[in-house]
Amino acid sequence: MNRLLAFALAASSLLLVACERPPPDVGQVGYRGTGMETVQNPRIAKARRAANVVPAPQPSAEGEAPLAKDVYQNVQVLTDLNIAEFTRLMLAMTEWVSPEQGCTYCHVGENLADEGIYTKIVARRMLQMTRDINMNWKQHVAQTGVTCYTCHRGKNVPQEVWFTDPGPKAARGLAADRAGQNIPAPQAALASLPWDPFTPFLLENEPIRSISTTALPSGNTRNIMQTEHSYSLMMHMSQGLGVNCTFCHNSRSFSVWEQSTPKRVTAWHGIRMTRALNVEYLVPLTDQFPRNRLGPTGDVAKINCATCHQGVNKPLFGAPMARDYPELTTVKAPAEPPAEPTGEATSPAEPATASAQSALAPRASRG
Amino acid sequence: MAEYQNIFTAVQVRSPAYAGPPIERGTWTRQGKPFFSYLFGKIGDAQVGPIYLGWTGVTSLLFGAIAIIIIGMNMWASVGWDPVQFVRQLPWLALEPPAPEYGLSIPPLAKGGWWLMAGFFLTASIILWAVRMYRRARAMGLGTHVTWAFAAAIWLYLVLGFIRPILMGSWSEAVPFGIFPHLDWTAAFSIRYGNLFYNPFHALSIAFLYGSALLFAMHAGTILAVTPYGGDREIEQIVDRGTAAERAALFWRWTMGFNASMESIHRWAWWFAVLCPLTGGIGILLTGTVVDNWYLWAVKHGVAPMYPPLMPPGSDPAAAAAGVAP
Repeated sequence: MNRLLAFALAASSLLLVACERPPPDVGQVGYRGTGMETVQNPRIAKARRAANVVPAPQPSAEGEAPLAKDVYQNVQVLTDLNIAEFTRLMLAMTEWVSPEQGCTYCHVGENLADEGIYTKIVARRMLQMTRDINMNWKQHVAQTGVTCYTCHRGKNVPQEVWFTDPGPKAARGLAADRAGQNIPAPQAALASLPWDPFTPFLLENEPIRSISTTALPSGNTRNIMQTEHSYSLMMHMSQGLGVNCTFCHNSRSFSVWEQSTPKRVTAWHGIRMTRALNVEYLVPLTDQFPRNRLGPTGDVAKINCATCHQGVNKPLFGAPMARDYPELTTVKAPAEPPAEPTGEATSPAEPATASAQSALAPRASRG
Repeated sequence: MAEYQNIFTAVQVRSPAYAGPPIERGTWTRQGKPFFSYLFGKIGDAQVGPIYLGWTGVTSLLFGAIAIIIIGMNMWASVGWDPVQFVRQLPWLALEPPAPEYGLSIPPLAKGGWWLMAGFFLTASIILWAVRMYRRARAMGLGTHVTWAFAAAIWLYLVLGFIRPILMGSWSEAVPFGIFPHLDWTAAFSIRYGNLFYNPFHALSIAFLYGSALLFAMHAGTILAVTPYGGDREIEQIVDRGTAAERAALFWRWTMGFNASMESIHRWAWWFAVLCPLTGGIGILLTGTVVDNWYLWAVKHGVAPMYPPLMPPGSDPAAAAAGVAP
């Protein structure tokens, strides 16, 4: 009997293996007794601190030097940098993205201007994207900004990217369709919620809001299945940022903005930013990538909240890394108009390359 | 005296198996040769069987089995007929109701048709079981209290899966068959309709749920406590109040000034249990049909208190950008 009891105890403790060991650190962020609290596991937070150390900045590029575009061939984006700044940024990018492969991860060794390697095309577009984020998405990235390292962390491909998930193998024919849910979905913190919250919200522009704004019915036709999709996205955000619901929301009313914390506004812009970057930068690059870099449905790797955040509510714990790289946060107006304005060159009135213009201009679609 | 303090039956009295009084009418008889189980005797009567199924029992079990097979086979199919994954993922698997675009029509089997069919068989099974309970109670000359208590649960079940979806005009409003999926549905339902905790009928239902547990503990504790004085023979004590009933009554009168009687405590318990799904069903029925956001409803009627904010509140960024869809 005692042996049976001991076995039962040991077996039932297996039910707890997915749980985190208490106690958590609880911080009060709202009026007492309302449950407005942030919950952090100090042991996980310690590991995250260690995993989010920012590399030392490259020695700064001082002094006057000729513009890189006048010295090097085929400089299309970093036309405002002098050769010292240009070289510094190239060294930093190598450290951030291809520390093992070095320059030749993107460049042909004999001719650095050559376009022979697809990663160079991608890297050029990513530079434009980084500048776009730092200049036009301040509502989300504030003055902290981003660098390549925010996502890449020394890896060729950021660890947290997503492909459209066709779902697990299931019987066909008359067998019931699982409606995109009911598996342990890693995207939704292993809930049985829809396993692809990214395609509708971070690629397409499906409405996220489900909750009525009036007490009585007034034409809101959002149903529970759609709500579960929004719920799944919120689970991803919670997991991707390492925060609980009340970091942004007051759970008594998830929808009412006046009850929410200011963080929710930042997150709102983050959703729009992520969607815009996927649509404007990553999807158009699909054809550049070789097949082995694409997802199971032939789609390009895309970003979600976790791509930058990696389990931390402020990426890299808010380290102002971009401050050390003004090359990524500003586009300097050239001292004099370029002699031969081409489609890729800059002009004082348009301080960005032509291909980045659409991304830099204010968009009505940003809602 | 100590043997009465055991939560299990300490002394099992065995007599020859009793088949029950003769059945007066009908073609069915009681089935199975009765036997005795020591473990059953620990928690109840040691005699197992005979059982009376009748046509309602047989059809109820049949329909219930069909429903479970439909649900289970579809779950198994959803993992590509992999038996290991079926067991591993079972808590996550489900049979989903039709998508919203099908409204109240009958969709293809793969698109919710199986869900409708499983729902039909499960409902038929449950209702046949209730009919069976009613008929067995009547055959025994009993009141039909158990049937009506069961009917209260059936009311909540029907509101969730049948009545409310019909009022909303879509099967998609109903609950999926699945362990975690039905819990996720519950959470999403509360979120969609602005937090069910502000639904007063939901609150009543919770009060009756917790109240039922409280009453159960109070009553069971009282009776176990007065067992040494013959209090476990409750029916006897109802008609012929002895020292057990007097002591139990005095205990509660001393501790809380008021006591139920040996009989009325069972009415209390019955009503608390029955009112839990009854009020809950009303709360679900009103959600989406009459009230669309319970939090705003509670604000409107002064139910939800307002608290001073500790940080500057957020404001809708979509409202700031004109002409932008939220």
